[in-house]
Amino acid sequence: MTTYFSYPSESMQQELRRIANAIVMPGKGILAADESTGTMGKRLTAINLENTEENRRKYRQLLFTSDKELGNYISGVILFHETLYQKTDDGRPFVDLIKQMGIIPGIKVDKGVVPLMGSEGESTTQGLDDLSQRCAQYKKDGCDFAKWRCVLKIGKNTPSYQGMLENANVLARYASICQMNGLVPIVEPEVLMDGSHDLDRAQKVTETVLAFVYKALNDHHVFLEGTLLKPNMVLAGQECPTKYTPQQAAEATVLALSRTVPAAVPGICFLSGGQSEEEATVHLDAINKTTVGRKPWSLTFSYGRALQASAIKAWKGTDVKAGQAELMKRARANGMAALGKYAAGSCSGAAGEAGLFVKNHQY
Amino acid sequence: MTTYFSYPDEALQQELRRIANAITAKGKGILAADESVSTMGKRLADVGVENTEENRRKYRQLLFTSDKSVSEYISGVILFHETVYQKSDDGTPFVELIKQKGIIPGIKVDKGVVPLMGSEGESTTQGLDDLSQRCAQYKKDGCDFAKWRCVLKIGKNTPSYQGMLENANVLARYASICQMNGLVPIVEPEVLPDGEHDLDRAQKVTETVLAFVYKALNDHHVFLEGTLLKPNMVTAGQSCPKKYTPDEVAKATVVALSRTMPAAVPGVTFLSGGQSEEEASVHLDAINKCVVAKKPWALTFSYGRALQASVLRAWGGKDENVKGGQEELMKRAKANSQAAQGIYEWGSCKGFAGDTGLFIKDHAY
Repeated sequence: MTTYFSYPSESMQQELRRIANAIVMPGKGILAADESTGTMGKRLTAINLENTEENRRKYRQLLFTSDKELGNYISGVILFHETLYQKTDDGRPFVDLIKQMGIIPGIKVDKGVVPLMGSEGESTTQGLDDLSQRCAQYKKDGCDFAKWRCVLKIGKNTPSYQGMLENANVLARYASICQMNGLVPIVEPEVLMDGSHDLDRAQKVTETVLAFVYKALNDHHVFLEGTLLKPNMVLAGQECPTKYTPQQAAEATVLALSRTVPAAVPGICFLSGGQSEEEATVHLDAINKTTVGRKPWSLTFSYGRALQASAIKAWKGTDVKAGQAELMKRARANGMAALGKYAAGSCSGAAGEAGLFVKNHQY
Repeated sequence: MTTYFSYPDEALQQELRRIANAITAKGKGILAADESVSTMGKRLADVGVENTEENRRKYRQLLFTSDKSVSEYISGVILFHETVYQKSDDGTPFVELIKQKGIIPGIKVDKGVVPLMGSEGESTTQGLDDLSQRCAQYKKDGCDFAKWRCVLKIGKNTPSYQGMLENANVLARYASICQMNGLVPIVEPEVLPDGEHDLDRAQKVTETVLAFVYKALNDHHVFLEGTLLKPNMVTAGQSCPKKYTPDEVAKATVVALSRTMPAAVPGVTFLSGGQSEEEASVHLDAINKCVVAKKPWALTFSYGRALQASVLRAWGGKDENVKGGQEELMKRAKANSQAAQGIYEWGSCKGFAGDTGLFIKDHAY
């Protein structure tokens, strides 16, 4: 009955474990550089650059021609499909540059959100069709992990049972297919920061969502030791009148995770959501410092905006060295935060304290 | 919608945490002395003693008049209803004797298993009616934790979805009601060792059962930091032709728990099932020595037969053998305390009952 099943073979288990553990090594985290074409367009527009394939290539070239030191803080980078097949000016494939820095390439495999009929504005994420063949190809082409983002929103009546059940299930299907093809699945059930709810509600929603996720992963016999979780930190809504300290956010986050994430999961790589670069670093540091609950998994970062805002701003399309310097600075800061050793305010970026919140964030 | 709920208030959270943490203090575990009247009858019959209330009282008196030093190894004792209200020869209530040693009294609150219609021999456990009032009374009468046993059996088609869903749900309802009344619920989803399945199947069943249990506890908003889990160790079936080493059992057990038990749960108090006293100690020790996965919770014992087999045999119902019986308890409690710290020397504790397996087919209370 439901208790007859197999886990991946021993050699597959070892491969998946190896990759997952390498990604969450102490002091390292992920650079999420998988912005879709449309989203990358918004980033480029903000610095008055046209959204062309060449500009996107040049920007990613800035990231991947960074000094080798970047590999001291960044263990993995998530790529968008196009980027995986792009090259430097002198013809070197990006994926090779990444690997030469000792960084593991990963790939975003979902195909965006679609609405759930009958729900109050809820969605699920599509991309399962032919996913197995796609994963097999990505593995051949040098990727070792994948990422799939689901989105849940806190409202008066949401997330609903339908929303949580469906998103948890699609994440489990994605994870299962990835593992079949030797890719470590990063499971991302993002609870958006949109709204005026307080920290307590954010915590309860996150706990409930994560309970659905881990039940679904168990139902689909996903090998937890070969997965990673990319959750939101537990934060009050953007419009919540009460402001909370990093310590309060850290406690709420760690409690929520300790109540739902099994110890077998090697690590948790937080998304930054709408936080500024400094907020994201300070929160990660507080999470690593807090003793409010047991933390048997690594607690690190998988940041997009919160690692790149200053880099893009300093680059402006022309100043590669300045952009790379900003990236290195912030990567170093987050590496320290992942060890609970960051001194708040010690890393000031070109993007300043600007919040990076985008309402109803889509890719 | 499903995301609106409250946890117990701050004071109650602290109370529940305090109790759960005290029970799983380093080097300590639980003496499960909650045998029902009929089960106690079997134990007494084994050593030639009649099953009268007086004999049951005398036997429990042996346990609770043990030297105070037993509390170095025993943090809590689970009692049967009758025992909560019994007294020693000099009129001291047992609950008092227990508390004077610094041991926490607990109470078995379920009312036994009943069959699930349509299933292949599966059961659920009853006892929810008026449970809240009963818990409130037990709390007044000195108990700080409770225990409820569900039973699942590995067969060709079992545990079924119905069986796992129902038992997980009833455990969550019980846990919720306990917490409302200040009792820490020990959650016991026992997967029986009956059968010829191998270690791998036992592990998969245990993982699946525990996933159902923790989803149900989340659905019912149970405060995990104020609960304990009393699971089976992952062992092959009693009739499995293949034999496994303690290290293999330990690894299967720890991996199963690491895949299902949230870190917020303070500790695991294993049941001994049909294991002999020495097997139960050795397995617990191997579990604590095992490094195959992260173990953020205490891993200790809640043993009935595996703590009392030698005690009963040494006592045999005779007053002049009470000291002998108490010595057996002290010996085995100390061995399990060491096992709970991964420092037990296998074979170093020799009990009166020898290595006799304590397996009872289809064990019911």
